[in-house]
Amino acid sequence: MRRAAVIGVGQTKFRTRRDDKTHPELTREAVSRALEHAGITMDDVDAFVFGTMDPFDGINCPDRWSSTAAGFGKPFMKISTGGTTGLTTGIAAYQHVASGLFDVVVAVCTQRVGENVDAQPVLNTAVDPIYERHSGVGAISVAAIQATVHMQKYGTTEEQMAWVSVKDHENALKNPYAHIKKKIGVEDVLSSPVVSSPLKLYECCPRSDGSVAVIFASEEKAEQIRDDPAWILAESSISDSYFVGDRPDLAVWDSLSIAGRRLYRLAGIDDPKKDIDVAELYSPFTIQEILELEALGFAEKGEGAKLAEEGVTFVDGDMPTNPSGGVLCTNPIGATGLVRLGEASLQVMGEASNQVDGAEVALAHAWGGTLQFHALMLVSSHKKLRR
Amino acid sequence: MVLRIEAKWEIPYVHSAGEHATKFFEALKEKKILGVKCPKCQRVLVPPRAFCERCHVDTDEWVEVKDEGVIETVTINYARFTGLPDPPYAVGIIKLDGADTGMLAYLGGVDLTDWKKAHEKLKVGTRVKAVWKDRPEGRITDILYFKPVEE
Repeated sequence: MRRAAVIGVGQTKFRTRRDDKTHPELTREAVSRALEHAGITMDDVDAFVFGTMDPFDGINCPDRWSSTAAGFGKPFMKISTGGTTGLTTGIAAYQHVASGLFDVVVAVCTQRVGENVDAQPVLNTAVDPIYERHSGVGAISVAAIQATVHMQKYGTTEEQMAWVSVKDHENALKNPYAHIKKKIGVEDVLSSPVVSSPLKLYECCPRSDGSVAVIFASEEKAEQIRDDPAWILAESSISDSYFVGDRPDLAVWDSLSIAGRRLYRLAGIDDPKKDIDVAELYSPFTIQEILELEALGFAEKGEGAKLAEEGVTFVDGDMPTNPSGGVLCTNPIGATGLVRLGEASLQVMGEASNQVDGAEVALAHAWGGTLQFHALMLVSSHKKLRR
Repeated sequence: MVLRIEAKWEIPYVHSAGEHATKFFEALKEKKILGVKCPKCQRVLVPPRAFCERCHVDTDEWVEVKDEGVIETVTINYARFTGLPDPPYAVGIIKLDGADTGMLAYLGGVDLTDWKKAHEKLKVGTRVKAVWKDRPEGRITDILYFKPVEE
């Protein structure tokens, strides 16, 4: 595999509804901004990889419609792995370049969860019709059952989970693309209605419409195109059991730990707390940031809940997490993972809207399925990990 | 103001449970819950499936498990979503006696008005027993819910 880097990032504003534009028009907005950010044109692009999670948009195979804004006549494919889609699309586009087959490849993901009047029934159709669909299970309930176990096993409190939400909402205020912009305190979170116990409304993500594009280039091209590309140090992904009930312990995210160890080994990371400056994690529910920080080695098992409460994960803390405001404030589901990579890349380029001082190494993560898939990418301002 | 066009999908499907799982559904008619044992890792898998995804081997040894077990986790849903059950309703993962995996199921027999009080009665580790439909039809919904066993 040869070295590759992110050379451009483009996002649309994310809103509950983007009534001003159609599906391909949103795709075009993100692609145009990414091309502009990279300082290249459509002619410079060799291939497109598109991602979305059907059928939130109410159009099956929206890749047909959106491909019109994604390189007419160029190689094109679609990727879909539930909520992980965005980052899996990024990994696929990266592999297009790293394999040596293409020099400049655009990953673009568009999703209109807001046009879907109610997202939970769609998520319920992602559950098998034989054994489990009748239970009404969607994304919120699977996160809630993680929270129940974590609270009982480790003594994690409602207040600690609320701090994650307070932190993300504060961060989103600085992000011009973020969907929910509202300053809230711990009391606001605790007094918001319970959706799936123990999770409350302000602990759950919104439904967002929007698009994001990230452009990858080979080492040679990246250096020609810009001075400060975000070099890809490593990527890793994993699939876990289909049935949530097969997992031996829902208070830990074993599959993410394994994917994380693979990533760290590839990048030469011994201590993620020291070597990684900022993380953009897929945490649509407060408890999940806590589980992810533990699984990825930023906190000991059962200790993750302390990080937001003690300020560690705030933008000026030792381990800034989701400085963009994260998934809790913006969730265009199948595009969300690629937003994580885009934001992580902007951090190491020094161009993020809520910039972490001196960020050199940034982690992007996404999960999908009923807690089933994970994807990770690590980007840096340097070609190799510097210690 | 832009034009908004309303749309709705109503597309009928007829799903197959497959030959393997059909055996599980036949047993439900007699209020019995079956699992399968993986010949390699020896785990008893409930709900049963035709192969062990960890070992990549077929699973054809059927084992009856109890309709009693313990709560592994639970949530109570209070929000109303189109096409999903009327709130409040409790869903959890139950590890049945004799099984090595947990099964997603409704929990009941407890007042769900106050979630904190309900969680106290549905704690992780609480013993529960299946409440069956009077006349099972061989569907997963034959098990109405699991309720705490009075100790």
